[in-house]
Parts: sequence; structure tokens; C-alpha cells
Amino acid sequence: MKDNRIVERDVDNADIRINAKGVNVFYGDSHAIKDVSVDIPANAVTAFIGPSGCGKSTFLRCLNRMNDTISICRVTGDILLDGEDIYDKRVDPVQLRAKVGMVFQKPNPFPKSIFDNVAYGPRIHGLANTRAELNEIVESALRRAAIWDEVKDRLDAPGTGLSGGQQQRLCIARAVATAPDVLLMDEPCSALDPIATAQVEELIAELAENYAVVIVTHSMQQAARVSQKTAFFHLGSLVEFGETGQIFTNPKDPRTESYITGRIG
Amino acid sequence: MTPLVNPPRKSIHQIDARTKKRNAAEARFKAYGLAAITLGLFFLVVLFTTIIKSGLPAFTRTAVAVEMTLSPADHAAAEKQLMKTGAYQKLFVAAVQQQLRIDATDDAIQRLLGKVGGDIRAFYKENPSMIGKAHVFTLSASSRVDAYLNGKLTRETLVDSRFMQLSDLDLVDGLVDAGIIQSTFNWGFITGADSGVDNPGGAGIGASVVGSFYMMLVVLVLSLPIGVAASIYLEEFAPQNKFTDLIEVNISNLAAVPSIVFGILGLAVFIQFMHLPQSAPLVGGLVLTLMTLPTIIISTRAALKAVPPSIRDAALGLGASRTQAVFHHVLPLAMPGILTGTIIGLAQALGETAPLLLIGMVGFVARGYPTGLLDGFTEANSAMPAQIYTWAARADSAFYDKAWGGIIILLAFLIVMNIVAIILRRRFERRW
Repeated sequence: MKDNRIVERDVDNADIRINAKGVNVFYGDSHAIKDVSVDIPANAVTAFIGPSGCGKSTFLRCLNRMNDTISICRVTGDILLDGEDIYDKRVDPVQLRAKVGMVFQKPNPFPKSIFDNVAYGPRIHGLANTRAELNEIVESALRRAAIWDEVKDRLDAPGTGLSGGQQQRLCIARAVATAPDVLLMDEPCSALDPIATAQVEELIAELAENYAVVIVTHSMQQAARVSQKTAFFHLGSLVEFGETGQIFTNPKDPRTESYITGRIG
Repeated sequence: MTPLVNPPRKSIHQIDARTKKRNAAEARFKAYGLAAITLGLFFLVVLFTTIIKSGLPAFTRTAVAVEMTLSPADHAAAEKQLMKTGAYQKLFVAAVQQQLRIDATDDAIQRLLGKVGGDIRAFYKENPSMIGKAHVFTLSASSRVDAYLNGKLTRETLVDSRFMQLSDLDLVDGLVDAGIIQSTFNWGFITGADSGVDNPGGAGIGASVVGSFYMMLVVLVLSLPIGVAASIYLEEFAPQNKFTDLIEVNISNLAAVPSIVFGILGLAVFIQFMHLPQSAPLVGGLVLTLMTLPTIIISTRAALKAVPPSIRDAALGLGASRTQAVFHHVLPLAMPGILTGTIIGLAQALGETAPLLLIGMVGFVARGYPTGLLDGFTEANSAMPAQIYTWAARADSAFYDKAWGGIIILLAFLIVMNIVAIILRRRFERRW
């Protein structure tokens, strides 16, 4: 994953996981997201790029209704997960978030043991009936997050005692353990050093084989390296959305071109 | 705009005037701080030495120890008297006379004794088999003998009165030499109940310790769950609007309401309106709960606020409900702060006197321990600070020593509670 070359990647557009149409987000009176429509494909990485404050994180948090925790936040438009409206009255956001997992900017393991960190999701969702099943889930989640070999001998050690990169992979393992369909990542590498970043990026590519991954990033190189689809946000609007290769080599909108060549943002 | 010009270069080995001034200001500020701490420590030392010096006499007891044999005939005769305890007292005086080698009038011996007749009568009531057998009674001397042996009363300061005459002091010296008057550790002060106003030697704080314990039990059982639940609701679930703002302001104000106001509220609501028993630890506990709640709510909310929001996000992002996020992650992390606030609130309540005066928990209501475990809540009793207040207000100066001694016991309890708070905080503290 170390090469920065941009290659044309084939994406199966037929398999759409999340379908967002005309989404608007308001924080009180301010209009944070303006009429955004995006299709998130399954088994691929979709990157959201854009300058700070352009609304890409806000939009990401709409996809698993994390914005519900902010009382003044209001969302209009349709966001469909596998054809079902996630803002429907019948949807319990708690159930939704089990299907749409999230990894945050700053690694935030619980101040508990590594095992308990990963086992928390399966426990509250009742995914394991026996201790052996739980052990299996934890191991496979840690393996999937490429951290098993580093922590297998100290599962009882506190998760907060790991290094920053390990903590972030632990958080990814924790998100993976609840068996989500979609994995949202909000600048997962911004607090990590280049080596840890490379490990996490490699991991993202592997995760895309099983999940629809959406990643918000400040680093255009990162978007180019890991994603198949890229969305460029500016001032709350979606400026351009397309194949990553096309966005970085042949952007249609002059604003996208200015941003990726470093003139705005 | 004037162009910026670099000032001429100066050696960094030379300290310029501005830096000197700054360093001087810093040194001054440190000196002020040090002076403040020294002054504080000095007053603390003065406070503790005064309390211990004045309070220690309460823990020793000057007692008159004499062997006495009560014949069945005497017992029957005393029980027939109108003043039964007086009759027993006379019998004891006679027993002292028997062992005395110097001449003394009965009245003089009487003056040296506390009101001991009741103790003797109670002893034979409990052990009727001892009638006719010899038994060594160790009974309180009068408070003036106490003061004489403690050095508070001297031959020079003594004023002849019906309580004590100069010749009595010779008698005391003789009795001390004979080993009849002796100083012993006063277990009765720690375990006993309050005595009558004329018997300071028999006064103990034990019953009011039990009263305080029952009150604290009520306070803990009510204020901790209510306070923590209210804080969790306000901090994690309640919408932010004018109404919750109003509640918040009112809770902060409640913490500053004088305790006597809570006392009169308790009197009006719990006793006059709800007809709960007067002077009962249950009512005292309810009043103190009202007082403690704001303290617990404020400290619990501060502890909940201090938990990083990333922990809540992490739990919610995994599909935990809000309640799960709070009870699985936020509350355990806030626990040290909650415990500290609770114990500070309890310590405050333990030392509170004013509201207890209004609901009738002043001293001299409990002559003994509560009869049953549950009766401890409803039977009239006192609490430590109220007992101390009562003693300090009594005429006999020997009660003054008792008040200081009571303060030592109260402080010991507070120190224990603080140590418990520190230990609990250490145990629950986790880093993230």
C-alpha cells in the first residue's frame, strides 16, 4: 500500500449499501450540509475529503445517527441502508449503530482490559451464548484488525496501555466484533505516526473485502491510496463524487482540481 | 507602520531589569503562599493541641472504689424509702466511713461523691444474687474532686460552699493516699449515655454515637441513590432548556441555604405534618438528607462531566443504548468523584447541629441505647454534635471537659470517614 500511484479501480456499482438522497443537516440555524446525495458501495472503500469544516464528518455521523446525541441537530432527506430509511420512525438508532460501526479520530478504548474492550459489543448485543463463542469472536475480531499477534498474550492488560496505533486497531477490532455491515471511520489515522498509519491503511484495504468502509480523511494521499470512490466536500456541499482515480487525475469540477492541487483548503 | 527593528544584542548572561522584576514578583508570590500555609498549619496545631488538652480529662474518671456488702435487710429498707437512690447513697457513704482511718463527717464524704445511689440501685436490680455478698464498687467522685486532681481547682481558688469546703481537700488527699480515690480510664464516657445535670462523671457519648450512626444510615441510604440518579438524569438525559437551567440554579442555591432553615422545614413537614416521632434519628436523617443532596448532586455532576465524551461516543458507536453507556462506562469512571462528594456530604451532615436543635435531638433525651435494631430509627435519641452542644451549655464546669472530649470523638469519626474516602477513591481510580 506504499505506492502513491493512482490506478483505475473497477467498482461494482450495482451493489449499493447506503443510498443518500438530498440530505440536509442543520445545527440550529446554520445549514451544515446542503443537499448531499451519495451512494456508498458494498465491499469497497469510500473516502470523504475536503477542507476543515466542510461537513464531511457531520455527514459521516449522519450515516449511523450519531448526530442524534446533539439536540440542536436536524437532518432532512433520505438515507437508505439496504433500501430501508434509517431516519424512519421505526428505526432504533441503537440497533442501527450495531449494523453501522464507527471508529473515531482519537483512539478511545474503554479503560478496561483488551478482551473486555472487544467483547463489549458482542455482550450487549447477545452475539455469543457461551464463553467459548465469545472467545472466538474476540479472537477473530482481533485477527481481522491485525493486532492479534501483538496482544494475544496479554488480553487481560488494560486497552489504554497500548500504543496509539495499537489502540486504534483495538478500536477497529471492537467495531468489527459487533459484525457490522458498514464501517465508518472518522480520520482514523490523524493521531497516528506514519508506521501506524500504514498498518491501519493496510487493514482498511483488507476490511473492504467484507464491509462497506467509509473513511473521512484530511490526507489526500491517504484517500488516493486506500479508496475506490472519493467524495469531495466543500462548504457543506458535495462538489464531486466519483471513482478515486478519476477524481485525482481528471476532476470535473474546478474546485476539486484546486483542492487536490493544493490551492484551496 | 514603523518598521520593526531588532534591538541591539545583549548577553544572555546579563539579567535585564524586566526579568529581575518578574523573578522578584514570582519570589514574592511564593513567599505569600508559604506564609499562608504556615499560618494555616500553625492554627491547625493550636486547634488540635487545645482540643486534645481540654478533651483528655473527659477520658479519665476520678472514682471512689470501696468494697461494700449490702445486707438483705438494708436492701429491703432502702427500697421502702421515698428517696431510694438517696438511701443507697447513704449506705455507700457508710461503707466509705468503714474503711476510712481519718475522721470525716458523713456530709463531707457525701460532698466528695457524685450522684452514685442510682448506679448502686441499678447494680442490685440487675444482680439480686449479689445482695449479702461483698462487691467492690468503683463510682464517680464529684466533679470538684475531679477538678482538684486535674489541677483546675486549687486550695487558693476554692471558695467554701455547700458543694466543697477547704477541709474536704485534706480528706481527698487522704483518700488518694489510701487508694480509695483513683483515676481510671473512663470507658463509660465512650460507651455510656448522657447523665443528669448533677452527675457529669456519669455522662457518656455512646448513645449519641449510636444516634449519629442511625442518622448517617438514613442519610446514606436516601441521598446517595437519589442524588446520583438525579445527577445522571440531569447530566446525561435531560434536555438543555430554561426549565433544566432553573433546576440547576436552584440545586446550587440549595447547597448554600443555612442548615437551620432545613431544620425548621423538617419540623414543619416531618413532625408537624407527617407526625413522625420527635427527636428520632429517622427525622434527623431525613432533614440531613435534604441538606446533603445538593452537595452530592453537585459533586456527582462534576464527576460525570469530567468523563471524556469520547468514552460515551465509543459506547454509542458500538450500539450501546444511552443507559448502557452511562452505567457500563461513564458511571464507573465517575465513581471516585461521586464517592468523594458523598463522603464530604456525610461528614458535613455528621457535624451538623442547628437543624437537630429544631427537631428536638438536643442531648439528654437518651438515657440508654435503643432497645432494638429497628427502634434505633424511631426512638428518641441525640446525635454527637447536639450532645456536645448540650454539654457545653450546662452549668457544671465538668461538662465542659465532656464537651471537649465529645469533640475528640467526633473528630476521630470525621478522620476515619475521610480516610475511607481516600481509600475508596484510590481503589476506584482508573486512568484513561
